[in-house]
Amino acid sequence: MEKSTWTTKVGLAQMLKGGVIMDVVTPEQAQIAEEAGAVAVMALERVPADIRREGGVARMSDPELILRIKEAVTIPVMAKVRIGHFVEAQILEAIGIDYIDESEVLTPADDRYHIDKHQFKVPFVCGARDLGEALRRIGEGAAMIRSKGEAGTGNIVEAVRHLRDILDGIRRLQALPKEELMTTAKELGAPYELVCEVAETGRLPVVLFCAGGVATPADAALVMQLGAEGVFVGSGIFKSENPRARARAIVEAVTHYRNPAILAEVSRGLGEPMRGLELEAIPAGQRLAPRGW
Amino acid sequence: MQPVIGVLALQGDFREHLAALARLGVEGREIRLPSELAGISGLIIPGGESTTIGRLIERFGLREPIVEFARSGRPIWGTCAGMIVLAREVDPETRARTQHLLGLLDIVVRRNAFGPQIESFETDLEIPAVGSEPVRAVFIRAPVVAEMGPAVEPLARLTDGTVAAVRQGNLIGTAFHPELTGDDRFHAWFCRLAREHSPAVQLEPATRGAR
Repeated sequence: MEKSTWTTKVGLAQMLKGGVIMDVVTPEQAQIAEEAGAVAVMALERVPADIRREGGVARMSDPELILRIKEAVTIPVMAKVRIGHFVEAQILEAIGIDYIDESEVLTPADDRYHIDKHQFKVPFVCGARDLGEALRRIGEGAAMIRSKGEAGTGNIVEAVRHLRDILDGIRRLQALPKEELMTTAKELGAPYELVCEVAETGRLPVVLFCAGGVATPADAALVMQLGAEGVFVGSGIFKSENPRARARAIVEAVTHYRNPAILAEVSRGLGEPMRGLELEAIPAGQRLAPRGW
Repeated sequence: MQPVIGVLALQGDFREHLAALARLGVEGREIRLPSELAGISGLIIPGGESTTIGRLIERFGLREPIVEFARSGRPIWGTCAGMIVLAREVDPETRARTQHLLGLLDIVVRRNAFGPQIESFETDLEIPAVGSEPVRAVFIRAPVVAEMGPAVEPLARLTDGTVAAVRQGNLIGTAFHPELTGDDRFHAWFCRLAREHSPAVQLEPATRGAR
């Protein structure tokens, strides 16, 4: 019997496909998420919209809170660590968290290096803006990738940009002759073996979700139609007027993402979505997506 | 005539099941709505999150059509979350506050029976029904069969005797994921069961359903 193999790490992400992973800050929110049909919850002290508003250094959440959320639900629980903060990751592994998000939403602990994720039994998800970044993270051991978007904005534009950049990068690799892959790997800043693999298979070797700006069922269906295999929703649910209804509707939209009649039905009467931010309103230094090396 | 196998595509790793069917040269079809069950000879309920899949079965009116499908004698196979959804009962300790089940397989399952994700594992299992060589079995936050009714036969056990796969007539449940290994013998075996229920045989229930 072999535990925590690459197959089991990637496998859990495969079980999450076609599903919605919801940010929650209390056990009560976690239960609302589970009852709405979330495939997993992300346990944290503040959703990205509040991190953005309140400023200061954002760190791993108190393990006490994460454990209370874990006890409140039966679905997988994820939690975030700062980029490069491998001790926060050791702590989350020790309390039996199911998946770790090495996340740009928190303040980075290391401005040059990410965590060596192969050293852990618990699987990791990491954000990426383009194919090179995605393959660097996979090279370090990430078993799941999410396009970054711009967390806490409720604005889908960056999520679409990053998802398209990753998928365009894959399509471009597929069209290249073998002798061009090494130089391309250099330009992407990505491991050569992974570049060759993606050129051959036409897909990432791990599951690709979309994050950072999903606020409506239509947003969720949009990124699914573009090629995401599932959706993270951060502030979009519990910063809206009717979280319960919106959570359910986004779950249903991800299942029926190609069925406009059902999308129309589930989008009706959900109340106000989260307020949302224009990207231009965010000073360059306060953008989260560029964090990641 | 080749059977068409439906794969419930509400959530989970349904594409891996469809890929396994494609490797066997069998036509697979994504099922999200009741009308899509027409003309299907066998149904796979994939791995995923059982609370999510169960809720979406209720929400989109699939419960009665799937129960009817089972009554018609056509085979249904649930992997991991799929086995939970097929079960009669989830033990109270591991049951979600709201846990929708089809209640077809006469078993009590224990969800996430091995602990958190770091306890997920792979192992080789003897499954005589599908072949003499052992099957590589991947258990991911996997359930186990805690109790079985008299009509249920165990298909595979872990070394400690824990039941990891069951059959009750046309209903099959596996706690593990044959769709993740590239070893398609389990799918081939399921397709053989489905072939016994080719469209000619299932004409009567299909007509009844259409009325």
